[in-house]
Amino acid sequence: MAPSSPVILEMRSITKEFPGVKALSNVSLAVRAGEIHAICGENGAGKSTLMKVLSGVYPYGTYSGDIVYQGQVCEFKDIRASEHAGIVIIHQELALIPELSITENIFLGNEPTRFGVIDWNRARRASIELLARVGLRENPDTPVKELGVGKQQLIEIAKALNKSVKLLILDEPTAALNESDSQHLLDLIRGLKAKGISSIMISHKLNEIEQVADSITIIRDGKSIETLDVKADGVDEDRIIKGMVGRTLESRFPDHVSNPGEVFFEVKNWTVAHPTVPDRLVCKNSSFNVRRGEIVGFAGLMGAGRTELARSIFGRSYGNFVSGQIVKDGKEITLKTVQQAISHGLGYVTEDRKSLGLNLLDDIKATTVSAALSKISNNSVVDNNKEFNVAEQYRKQLRTKTPSVNEGVAKLSGGNQQKVVLAKWMFTDPDLLILDEPTRGIDVGAKYEIYGIIQQLANQGKGVIVISSELPELLGLSDRIYTIFEGSITGVLNKDEASQESLMKLMTAAKRAA
Amino acid sequence: MNALKQLFGGNTRQFGMVFALIALIVIFQIATGGLTLTPDNVINLFNGNAYVLILAIGMVLVIIAGHIDLSVGSIAAFVGIVVAMTMRDWGLPWYAGILVGLLLGALIGAWQGFWVAYVGIPAFIVTLAGMLIFRGANQFVGKSNTVPVPKDFQYIGAGYLPEIGPDTGYNNLTLLIGLIVVAAIIWGEIRSRRNNAALGAEVSPLWVSVLKLVLLSAAVLYATYLFATGRPGTSFPVPGLILGVLVLIYGFISSKTIVGRHVYAVGGNRHAAELSGVQSKKVNFLVMMNMAVLAGLAGMIFVGRSNASGPFDGVGWELDAIAAVFIGGAAVSGGVGTVVGSVIGGLVVAVLNNGLQLLGVGADLTQIIKGLFLLAAVAFDVYNKSQGKPSITGLLTRNFGRGKNAPVEQTSEVVPNTTKETISTEA
Repeated sequence: MAPSSPVILEMRSITKEFPGVKALSNVSLAVRAGEIHAICGENGAGKSTLMKVLSGVYPYGTYSGDIVYQGQVCEFKDIRASEHAGIVIIHQELALIPELSITENIFLGNEPTRFGVIDWNRARRASIELLARVGLRENPDTPVKELGVGKQQLIEIAKALNKSVKLLILDEPTAALNESDSQHLLDLIRGLKAKGISSIMISHKLNEIEQVADSITIIRDGKSIETLDVKADGVDEDRIIKGMVGRTLESRFPDHVSNPGEVFFEVKNWTVAHPTVPDRLVCKNSSFNVRRGEIVGFAGLMGAGRTELARSIFGRSYGNFVSGQIVKDGKEITLKTVQQAISHGLGYVTEDRKSLGLNLLDDIKATTVSAALSKISNNSVVDNNKEFNVAEQYRKQLRTKTPSVNEGVAKLSGGNQQKVVLAKWMFTDPDLLILDEPTRGIDVGAKYEIYGIIQQLANQGKGVIVISSELPELLGLSDRIYTIFEGSITGVLNKDEASQESLMKLMTAAKRAA
Repeated sequence: MNALKQLFGGNTRQFGMVFALIALIVIFQIATGGLTLTPDNVINLFNGNAYVLILAIGMVLVIIAGHIDLSVGSIAAFVGIVVAMTMRDWGLPWYAGILVGLLLGALIGAWQGFWVAYVGIPAFIVTLAGMLIFRGANQFVGKSNTVPVPKDFQYIGAGYLPEIGPDTGYNNLTLLIGLIVVAAIIWGEIRSRRNNAALGAEVSPLWVSVLKLVLLSAAVLYATYLFATGRPGTSFPVPGLILGVLVLIYGFISSKTIVGRHVYAVGGNRHAAELSGVQSKKVNFLVMMNMAVLAGLAGMIFVGRSNASGPFDGVGWELDAIAAVFIGGAAVSGGVGTVVGSVIGGLVVAVLNNGLQLLGVGADLTQIIKGLFLLAAVAFDVYNKSQGKPSITGLLTRNFGRGKNAPVEQTSEVVPNTTKETISTEA
């Protein structure tokens, strides 16, 4: 249907400059009515900037080029102006207020009034209707904080529908969602398309794009490279990647011959309770082990307890310890604090880089040494020269793209931030490194490099645990994969016996193996 | 213009904040017809503000860690009265009095630190309670009376460096300190140049360093001259000396030690710090406790200066200290700030106070002007940040402590839309 329908939005040679950087240079984009148009590109390519130009976050006059929407040249001076025209953007970080109810959130800034007083009855009725349209069965008075991320995402869409959206922009809508929530969301977007609402979707999940998009515009280094028609051009993931990185990636994983040694780290009967709900167990009697030089995958749906397991082992930084043992190098150890965990050779790279992994005010060098300050200090006085040299060494070794280690980490792209976080933990010289979603929000090229780093660590004889929602990643990287379901370990598969199907079975089925 | 930029830009940006201070001094010097830069006035300025500046040192650490302390004025008053009474009633010597004061400060700090760090009550509430508790305690213990302190105790608040050595027409000790400071500045610059060269970081042109040293040395020597030529019996004041030593110690702790790093880490992102092995509770406890110790010290200096401890000592000090810290470039949300910046911020307020006083401006107008100045200084800073330009006060003070290597230009790798986020987290 797409090629025949008229163009609803055209962005013509958009150029946007920041002091010292040309973020967008002559980018063009044409979206047809009633299509799902994906924008692909590596982190820092300029996708989000382009969407911010379109939605008026960067007002008219701060960029050059034309936005032609429904046949008219638009000059949006703020988000309100673009929303008024029916263009609504849903950001990657959701803009909902956790304490307010669903209704209050949907109508925030757009409250229906009667004699100047908010008409909650009308709002409530309308939100019931909107919830039905997005396929969400919830009481509209429920506070948003009680909903999962997947449902919150749907609330955002309901909010957009309430603004009589014609063009919906979704920035990484499924980044934080599990498989089934993602699927539901994608179905919903397709449903909207059938009702004539066009969508622009930014995503790193290429399989989803391949699945739902009608056309794809690829952006690289601030330039629009090409627009592909998914059906006509027979586009697949490899084709998209080729456009994004400007070359064909031979393989998505570096070659690696694993050579695991003996078991050196064991967790036995690990049981942990929820931090605020004591009778809810987030880890139930879990046991696993790691060999030297082995990459162990942990597969599980979101909320299955993967992160909880990892963090409770890492110095009890999550939940309330109930029972269990940790044995390292044949000796039982007790890790009550993060400090003890680090000194016993554990490292944990969080899934939530921005809020748990980085101090965004810090520069690269301070971040690199922040978990092992005593290594660069004499009598607790930090040696700035050693700090600089250490950071510089990791910058070179991990090929972090930055002009200098004095640069603030906030300025780096996701992939480079992740390299700095990896450097930070590599500098603590751990025996066991736990990586929680190590490639989340990272583009294809950087992923390949991160995989390489993980394999190098394993080659040095370190044990590496990789927690990931992306099964292909686990299958490509791990020597063994444990599956978790509702806090219990439900099975373990060797590299050669694991497949997406077999893993999925163990991740979703009730505890057969436990 | 370019020359100025070279001098005040690059890794010599820290001069800018001092530059603002100098501008203010020059304006008042002209407006008051030369009354600002007289030995007596400068000595007074230091004497009369040392205690607020000492509070600012503690306060900036509290604010960097993401808290606030409203109780410092009351703690200062309570410690002051207890010290005055122990010396009067128990006949303690002055040094024992000081020791009692510092210990009492530590005790009060431990009390407040316990609630903030281990119980998790916001510092705003804990110290608001402390403000009431210790104000009341001051008046309860002293029965709302004024308690005088002995002559030798007054030395810490109103004393001057003694005259020793040959009669040169100047105060010899003041001269000596001035020369040591100049030597230290020159040595520091040489070391930093050598260091940057060794690390392969950017080294500013030689003439910039030389000019910087000449200007800075001239300023220090001129100040030395003023302090050394006051009325007979006056010289560099003891509170100023205490302040100087504290700036050195805390400047060093905050920028060079592991504990200092941890304070910034906790304030910047507590969760990330905890997952890096930082014991954030301990850090919060120490920061709150340290503040109370310094408040006790400030209280004792004030009592020494005013010869007695009274029921209304220290009223409003917390706000002066907080204003100094924010003018000095700290962020309300924590993680940003420097000790030296805060002291300079405090000096800016002090000079403003003093200049307006010399001009005969009434207390009412002075307050209005001070309020507007605080608002303008921070607004200017925020505006600059929102324009994507670097924060003036932040940049000006940054190189005092942290990140002494040259800042580098933005690159093409930068993701533009993160700039805005950073700004909002910093602001």
